[in-house]
Amino acid sequence: MGVWYTLTAFCFMLFAGVLALIMRTQLAVPDNDLVSASTYNQLFTLHGSAMMFLFAVPMFEAVSIVILPQLLGARDLPFPRLSAFGYWSFLLGGVFVLGSIFFNVAPDGGWFMYPPLTTRTDLSGLGADIWMLGLSFIEVSSVAAAVELIVGVLKCRPPGMRLNLMPLYAWYILVVAVMILFAFPPLIAGDLLFEMERLLGWSFFYASRGGDPLLWQHLFWIFGHPEGYIIFLPSIALFAMLIPTFSQRHLLGYPYIVLAAVGTAFLSFGLWVHHMFATGLPKISLAFFSAASQAVVIPTGVQIFAFIATLAAGRVIFSTPLLFATGSLAIFVIGGLTGVMVAIVPFDWQAHDTYFVVAHLHYVLMGGTLMPLFAGLYYYWPLVTGKKLSDRLGRTAFWVLFAGANLTFFPMHLSGLMGMPRRVFTYPAELGLGGLNLASTIGAYLFAAGVLIVCIDLALSPTRPKGRRNPWNAGTLEWLAMPESEHWGIRSIPLIETRYPIWDQPDFMRKVDEGRFFLPDAEEGRRETIITTVLDARPVAVVRLGTPSFLPMFAAFALGGVFILTTYHLYWPALASGALTLALVLRWLWTTAEIPEKPCKPIGHGIELPLYISGTQAPGWWAMFITMMADATAFSGLVFGYYFFWTVHEAFPPPGMTGPGSHWPMAALALTAASWAATVGARAANRRGLVTTARLLLSGGALSAIVSIGAGLAGPWLSGLDPAVHSYGAIVWVIACWTTAHAAVGAIGQLYALARSLAGRATPTHDADIRNVTLYQHFLLFTALVTWLTLGFFPGVA
Amino acid sequence: MIDGLHQRIRALHVTLWTLIVPPATWASHFLFSYLWAAVHCAKTGHFADEPAVFWTGTGLAAIVIVASGWIALVQARKPGDHPPHNEGTEIDRLRFLAYATLLLAGLSVVGVAFTALPVLFIDNCR
Repeated sequence: MGVWYTLTAFCFMLFAGVLALIMRTQLAVPDNDLVSASTYNQLFTLHGSAMMFLFAVPMFEAVSIVILPQLLGARDLPFPRLSAFGYWSFLLGGVFVLGSIFFNVAPDGGWFMYPPLTTRTDLSGLGADIWMLGLSFIEVSSVAAAVELIVGVLKCRPPGMRLNLMPLYAWYILVVAVMILFAFPPLIAGDLLFEMERLLGWSFFYASRGGDPLLWQHLFWIFGHPEGYIIFLPSIALFAMLIPTFSQRHLLGYPYIVLAAVGTAFLSFGLWVHHMFATGLPKISLAFFSAASQAVVIPTGVQIFAFIATLAAGRVIFSTPLLFATGSLAIFVIGGLTGVMVAIVPFDWQAHDTYFVVAHLHYVLMGGTLMPLFAGLYYYWPLVTGKKLSDRLGRTAFWVLFAGANLTFFPMHLSGLMGMPRRVFTYPAELGLGGLNLASTIGAYLFAAGVLIVCIDLALSPTRPKGRRNPWNAGTLEWLAMPESEHWGIRSIPLIETRYPIWDQPDFMRKVDEGRFFLPDAEEGRRETIITTVLDARPVAVVRLGTPSFLPMFAAFALGGVFILTTYHLYWPALASGALTLALVLRWLWTTAEIPEKPCKPIGHGIELPLYISGTQAPGWWAMFITMMADATAFSGLVFGYYFFWTVHEAFPPPGMTGPGSHWPMAALALTAASWAATVGARAANRRGLVTTARLLLSGGALSAIVSIGAGLAGPWLSGLDPAVHSYGAIVWVIACWTTAHAAVGAIGQLYALARSLAGRATPTHDADIRNVTLYQHFLLFTALVTWLTLGFFPGVA
Repeated sequence: MIDGLHQRIRALHVTLWTLIVPPATWASHFLFSYLWAAVHCAKTGHFADEPAVFWTGTGLAAIVIVASGWIALVQARKPGDHPPHNEGTEIDRLRFLAYATLLLAGLSVVGVAFTALPVLFIDNCR
């Protein structure tokens, strides 16, 4: 699955690269007429969107799905079917969005889709809907991948791999996956508002109806800036693996790298307004974000110095992957330095929306994402196929790519400073920009030639013989893989005592191969892996992983149906597709948390582990917790909208409008709290063996949740609040709908737990379902508290 | 007395949650500063007239970060075997997490100072 994922993302990258070549051809000479302005708008929008959403983020997820299980000595990540669901969502969404350009309806509002240009249906057509709905669908798959990767890193490490022995790649992936949880949901919230405005005419971004286009910019960039780091950190993580290998020594400054990853993750959330320096916000606000933008340089620099120090202290083998790595660091540093320049407000005002910014961001992404991925490709190709790529072709490709990237993007600094705005489809000869643009275009073709050489190298790979195991003489676990693929993954799950076990633990490979470590057999023929504790990786259970199934694929296609049919305003079929999605997901869930045929099984060395766990030790509980964190973040994006509108309006709600009052919101809150209390009671009763009481409480809880939906919507409905008149009504309605929809999902969860109990799939000792449902209810109660108190009492209206 | 305090500090539980206390404090302070300034400007049209609120918040953030950094420093220096502390033992796992927390505290102090600087120089909503 990981290999398919990687290949698909690579193909989307090639497609987006071709779009860039068409653009560069158009700009090669002044007053060119190769493409029209409208086509050009579609080209740059799709190029940016595809590179970000269909290449950079999915590529990191794909690479992680390939190498993370091997790096952690696990048989697989904990939710292989979730990975499959993510992949099919990604494939369908990607084809849908990219295919639109062949019908001349591709999105054309730029990759950040600023309203009101994009929300006015007379200014932008179907493309905006395709962008919003198609990419929302892919955002769902990214959150799914984040869940998979976080639980994988925290719970599926081999015994003994304490946090301080974890490969740095896993640290980076953990950090990035957590960033996804907090970065993507605000965009999902923004997408929701955006489509409500486009499809239903609710008012969020029109100033004339109390909206504010800046709200979109905030929500977009709270996502958009961390996004830059979300795609940069996993690529730099590849360096943390290959630099020790080619220095033939441990990486220096392990805790400093962790500092860099965690520090960057936090600081990157304090940078979003630096994309909005030119919007007229007060200087004091801009200054905070400028300061944070300067501070993020510190952790970024620290990790680069740690890499350089490791190379300086080691015995360097200058292989092709290392050549790519060092070259990309050089490119990245140039991008970083121009980043420091544009983080300074007055400079940014000069450079804003010029080719200087285009140059900056491409240097960062070339050096921080694309070239490191080529390094990773050359490094990990033997892991996947058992064969090395050609050194000669690789080195040639590197120099062509390196020259091409610099020739393309360096002149853009100059054309930008000379005043060339970004996103123009042509320019007059009198501006004197012809030479610089021609150089950029030649560079782009040179770069494309480099990519072509890499593709040729990949295409020749099947003709080459298999190499030896661990061809780079690396020290980390993933290189235990044999050149001939083995379907069971690692032969036995090792006990880890050092950071580089292949180097430092005597006879390590032989012991793994001879099955001397844990779980060497699968007596029942099931795919199993060990679950360990978060801090010290003490084994706590053996879990059975999902096997290949069509359900995730069908569920992904059904969910895709919801988004695609909504794009074409086919609401009834979309609703049917939504119902189908729900049915498929429930069917899929039904296969999980099965009660094993025996309570425990031996894993070797006299250790016996349970086959069923629930609650805070179980992967399923963690998955629910992480998903709900993302959900709560999306919700906070909507609540941010409410308070944001309060700040921009003198009177809120506006004169002449009445809010939902406080009675109905309080009734909804009380009913939700009752539903929560019933669930908590049901969990406790079930644990004590009072199964009938638990079932009654679950039924009562579901009933209470369903009634709370009516109470929640009655407030805005009975007060006649019209979402199309003013942003106040729109934001109240959207928050009320969000919370009541969550109450509905809560009721489905309660009924699901009830059904599991009735079907004998959940018992007092096998209570994973009810514990996960209770966890959902905790988050639901929090959502309801914030929603109904805000709508009922803030800012002092009744 | 100091020794007794150090003993107690070393016995404190260290987890992934304690690791993120300093940067989370920076984030809270950052959000607080931004809201303090931006909401005043948006709602009243003039600069926040109670700077004491801002400096109290900044002082609190600095105290939390310095305290967690100091606790981390004591924990990272837990006496025992010689460096480098990168063995697969419980004490080295503790030292690692503590040391990483200390580094994050350093970064967070710089972050809070950076955030506070604009308030020294800007006193209007233009």
